Amino acid sequence: MYSEKVMDHFENPRNVGEIADANAIGQVGNAKCGDIMKIYMKIEDGVIQDCSFKTFGCGAAIATSSMATEMVKGKTVEEARQLTNAAVMEALDGLPPAKVHCSVLAEEAIEAAIEDYYKRNNLTFEPKKKCSGCCGSCDHHHE
Amino acid sequence: MNRFVYLDNSATTPVKPEVLEVMLPYLKDEYGNPSSIYKKAAASSAAVSKAREQVAAALGAESNEIFFTACGTEADNWAIKGAAFANQQKGKHIISSQIEHHAVLHSLEYLEKQGFSVTYLPVDKEGRVNPEDLKNAITDETILVTIMMANNEVGTIEPIAELAKIAHEKKVLFHTDAVQAVGSVPVDVKALDVDMLSLSAHKFGGPKGVGALYIKKGTKIDTFMHGGAQERNRRAGTENVAGIAGLGEAITLATKNLPDKIKRLETLRNKLIDGVLKTIPDSHVNGSLTDRLPGNANFCFRYIEGEALLLRLDAKGVAASSGSACTSGSLDPSHVLLALGLPHEVAHGSLRLSIGEQNTEEDIDYVLEILPGIVQILRMMSPLFPGN
Repeated sequence: MYSEKVMDHFENPRNVGEIADANAIGQVGNAKCGDIMKIYMKIEDGVIQDCSFKTFGCGAAIATSSMATEMVKGKTVEEARQLTNAAVMEALDGLPPAKVHCSVLAEEAIEAAIEDYYKRNNLTFEPKKKCSGCCGSCDHHHE
Repeated sequence: MNRFVYLDNSATTPVKPEVLEVMLPYLKDEYGNPSSIYKKAAASSAAVSKAREQVAAALGAESNEIFFTACGTEADNWAIKGAAFANQQKGKHIISSQIEHHAVLHSLEYLEKQGFSVTYLPVDKEGRVNPEDLKNAITDETILVTIMMANNEVGTIEPIAELAKIAHEKKVLFHTDAVQAVGSVPVDVKALDVDMLSLSAHKFGGPKGVGALYIKKGTKIDTFMHGGAQERNRRAGTENVAGIAGLGEAITLATKNLPDKIKRLETLRNKLIDGVLKTIPDSHVNGSLTDRLPGNANFCFRYIEGEALLLRLDAKGVAASSGSACTSGSLDPSHVLLALGLPHEVAHGSLRLSIGEQNTEEDIDYVLEILPGIVQILRMMSPLFPGN
């Protein structure tokens, strides 16, 4: 049911754990739905030097967290905000339809960490549209 | 490293070699249609009759009370819809429980759309229906009670004889979904005094695609499948002869020396439960420790999610199942675990290991060797784990 890339990122997740001196931390999802993603970033001069995660959730939730952290590492904050769930899915060679929401959570977890960074630095943050992590609770379209 | 341990015997079981032997002739030379009158069809017809007698003998029923179906789900659908429609002039109220299989729950939801009303009895924290609740739920409108004999997820065995007695005192029909019970614990339709009972061959060493419904003589029930005169005009369709022959053999084998088999499975299961609780902190057993299917072990591990657990077990060669949302195909975790009173986040971290006849003590040792490490890896990744 999962692609080889998903299984690889699930079985050998990249960037697991906390970053001791993180200056951007975001968490999305809730335990009731069965998915929580927490993203840690170390941002210097507007560039994400390091990024890690902790995730409570299924195989796809862990794999999308792993892939998303890989994809934003080394990027500027503005570039990282362009990361879409579709891009995470594509990088993983796709997800089963029931797991698309995991990639949405990954996108939003990255966004939440960056929002935290903006707030810590008293910068104005223009939010993107968000969802609660529970499918069916929002109206935006996920590819 | 190529070790494979199958611990999902509540999902399905391997076909026993003796069962396959009995089936093969009807997939090869003995292809006659049991309804035909020439000699070539005699073997097929005899195989169906023999299987009917085998099922009847295993359940303590008469052979003309056994009706073959395509699966346990069909037997449940037939019993529930058939009895509801045949008795609706008496009333349109049905009583069931919150922990039934979807074959029962979705049949009942369909009937609710057809104007029937259904009461779903709650269960206690071990998954048991309280007979007093049934007594209080029966009204003048009640025509049917359907409560499972043993739960497929947590293995709790319901007090069916007592519940059926309560229904009968009010002249209400009683059906039990015994798909998980038959072949695992003694099932005698006379002792239980049920009117209808569903079973499925592949849960006890038989093939997939065949089940049966016991219908007590005199029970008012509609025909489910319309067509030919098979199954005494009550379930049309050319018989799945090989499957039916396999069902007959499988139920005979599964119910032979049952007390010894139960003892053996319980020993393995208790070793598994004790080992898990001892080596994995923040773990607990769901269901009853006394009224429980002999092969069923169901755990919750806090701070982690069931599907991730299953995938990691699969990578190590262990096949199991979970009641997490990700494996239920919906957003909610198992309705059974929620009915037992578990919070959502705990129910997401459930694991069912169901032991079968083919499992050995080495299988249990292997699971006990790898499971604590897998749980630990996932916990280290979890933002909920307080140890982090």
